[in-house]
Amino acid sequence: MRIIGHVALNVFKESVRDKVLYNLVVFAVLLIAVSYLLGQLTAGQDVKIIKDLGLAAIATFGLLIAVFIGIGLVWKEVERRSIYSLLSKPIRRHEFVLGKYAGLGLTLLVNVAIMTVAFYAVLAYMNTQFPENVRAAWPAPATDPGMLRAVALVFVELLLVTAIALFFSTFSGPFLAAALTFGLWIIGHFNADLRNFEAVVDSRAAAYAARALYYVLPNFAAFDVKTQVVYALPVPASYVAMTALYGVVYIAMLLTGSVMIFARRDFK
Amino acid sequence: MDAIRTEALTKHYRVGFWRPRPYVALDALTLRVGRGDVFGFLGPNGAGKTTTLKLLLQLIYPTSGRADVLGRPVGDVDVRRRIGYLPENPCFYDYLTAEELLEYFASLFGYGPAERRRRVAALLDEVGIGAERRLQLRKFSKGMLQRVGIAQAVINDPEVVFFDEPMSGLDPLGRREIRELVLRMRDRGATVFFSSHVLSDAEALCSRVAILAHGRLVGSGALSDMAAFQVRGWELVVNNLTPAALEHARSLGRIARADALGGSRYALELPLSTPPERILADLAAHGAQPVSLNPLRETLEDFYLRHIAAAPTDRGLGAA
Repeated sequence: MRIIGHVALNVFKESVRDKVLYNLVVFAVLLIAVSYLLGQLTAGQDVKIIKDLGLAAIATFGLLIAVFIGIGLVWKEVERRSIYSLLSKPIRRHEFVLGKYAGLGLTLLVNVAIMTVAFYAVLAYMNTQFPENVRAAWPAPATDPGMLRAVALVFVELLLVTAIALFFSTFSGPFLAAALTFGLWIIGHFNADLRNFEAVVDSRAAAYAARALYYVLPNFAAFDVKTQVVYALPVPASYVAMTALYGVVYIAMLLTGSVMIFARRDFK
Repeated sequence: MDAIRTEALTKHYRVGFWRPRPYVALDALTLRVGRGDVFGFLGPNGAGKTTTLKLLLQLIYPTSGRADVLGRPVGDVDVRRRIGYLPENPCFYDYLTAEELLEYFASLFGYGPAERRRRVAALLDEVGIGAERRLQLRKFSKGMLQRVGIAQAVINDPEVVFFDEPMSGLDPLGRREIRELVLRMRDRGATVFFSSHVLSDAEALCSRVAILAHGRLVGSGALSDMAAFQVRGWELVVNNLTPAALEHARSLGRIARADALGGSRYALELPLSTPPERILADLAAHGAQPVSLNPLRETLEDFYLRHIAAAPTDRGLGAA
C-alpha cells in the first residue's frame, strides 16, 4: 500500500506540474461568465441553466482529464523509458498499475471537489440576486445539496472511464486507447438501446447479441442523474449506492485485467 | 555464491506485422559473475547486451533458460532491494527536480524522510550535481541526466549494480568520473556488471569480461588471459630515422612494417621476437629519437569483425 501511495503521489504531482489543474480556471471563468450573461438575457430560468451547465461542465472536464491522462498513464512511462529504472526498484508490477490508477483518481477527486465548490459558490451568489417570491417558485433551492448525489455519480463514472483508459493503455498506443475509451463511453450512454434491441430487429440472434453486449459493456447512462437533480426529482440514496457499487465492481474487473496484462508485458 | 548466474538464457522476439517471424535476440547465454567482480559485458550494437540486462531485471521475460541474481530468481522484489540499474540513455520524469526524483526512488526502498534526504544530498554531491539539483530534469543536459541516472542506480548501496553503456554521451571528464565511481563501488565490495562497446573502458576497469556477437557468447574470461587480446607486437614512433638506419634494422628482421609519417618521422611495427628495448637502443645508436612505444594487440573492433564475419548472420529460427 505504501508503494502504491508513493506512485500515486507522483502521478498527482505530474498532473499539477503539467498544469492539468488549469482547467479549473477555465471552469470558473466559464461559470462566472455564463451566469453574468444570463443575468442580462433571461428571467427566471437562470439558476436552472447554471445547474445544467455546471454539472455538465464538471462531467465533461473530468472526462477529458480521465481519458487523456488515463491513456498516458502507462504508455508515457514506456515511451519515455522511465519505466526501466522504476521497475528495477523494489516495486511489483501490480503496485505500479494500481498506484498510477490511484494517482489519477486523486487528481480527479481534487478537480471535481474544487469544481463543485466553485459551482455551489456561483449558485450561492445567484441565490442572493433574487427576491424571496422568485426563489419560492424554483423546483429546488439554488444550493440544493441533492445535487451532490449527481456529482458523486459523475465521480464514480470518471473513475470507471479512467479504469477503461488504463486498461486499454496497458496493451495499445495512445490513439487507439483514446478511440476505444471514447467509443465505450459513447456506447455506454446509449446502452438502453441495446437492451431493447429486439423491438427493432426480427433476428433473435441479433437481439441476444445486443442483450449480451448490454450486460458486458459499461452502462454509463446509469450514472447520469443530472436532469433529475436539476428538476428536484427524487434520486434515492439506495440508487446512488447500488450504481456506485456497480461502478466499483466494474472498475475492479478492469484493474484486474490491466494488472494481468501488464504483469506479463515485455518492455523492449 | 555467484552474484549473477544465467543458464541457457534465451530470448526470441517476433518481428514483422503481417507474418511475424521469430528473431533470436539472445541465444542460450550461460554466464557466471562472482561477488565483487567488475564484469564487462562487451559487444557491438545489437549484440544482445541490453536484452541480457533487461532479462536480468525482468523488464522482459525469457523465452527459455533461467537467470538468478544473488542466488534468487530475477524479479524477486527482495533481490531488487539489493541491486541497482542504470538504463542506456536514461530518461526520467522531466517534471521532477533531481532531488525529487531521487527522493521518490528512495521512498520505494522504504527509507524514512530524514534518511532519504541524507542519501539524496550525499549522492548528488558524489555525482557532482550542485545547485542544479533543484531544477526540473527537463532542463538537464544528456551528461547531467547520466549523472542522475547513476545516482538513482546506487541510491540503495546496491550489492550488484547493472550499468548499461554508462559512458555513453559523456565527455572525457565524465568518463573518468564514472571509472572512479565504478572503482569506489568495487572497493566497497559491490559487484559491477556493465555493458559497453568500447574495449578501453573494460580494460581500465574489469576483472573479467564476456563478449557477445549476434546474441551469442563468443568469448569470456579475464581480458589478459584471452588469446585474442594478447600483445602481438609493438608500435614505435621515432624521429630522425635515416634511411640507412631503417634498412639496417630491416635487414636484421627487427621491423615488420614501416610507415613514413613525413620528414624523418616513422611509425614502425616491431615483432614480438626481439625485446623492444634492444631495438630502441639500436636505433638510438644511429641517431633516431624515440617518440612513443605502445603494445599492439587485437582491438575489440578486430575481434568483433572476426566473429561477426564468422558467425551466421541469420538470427531467425529458420522456417518457423
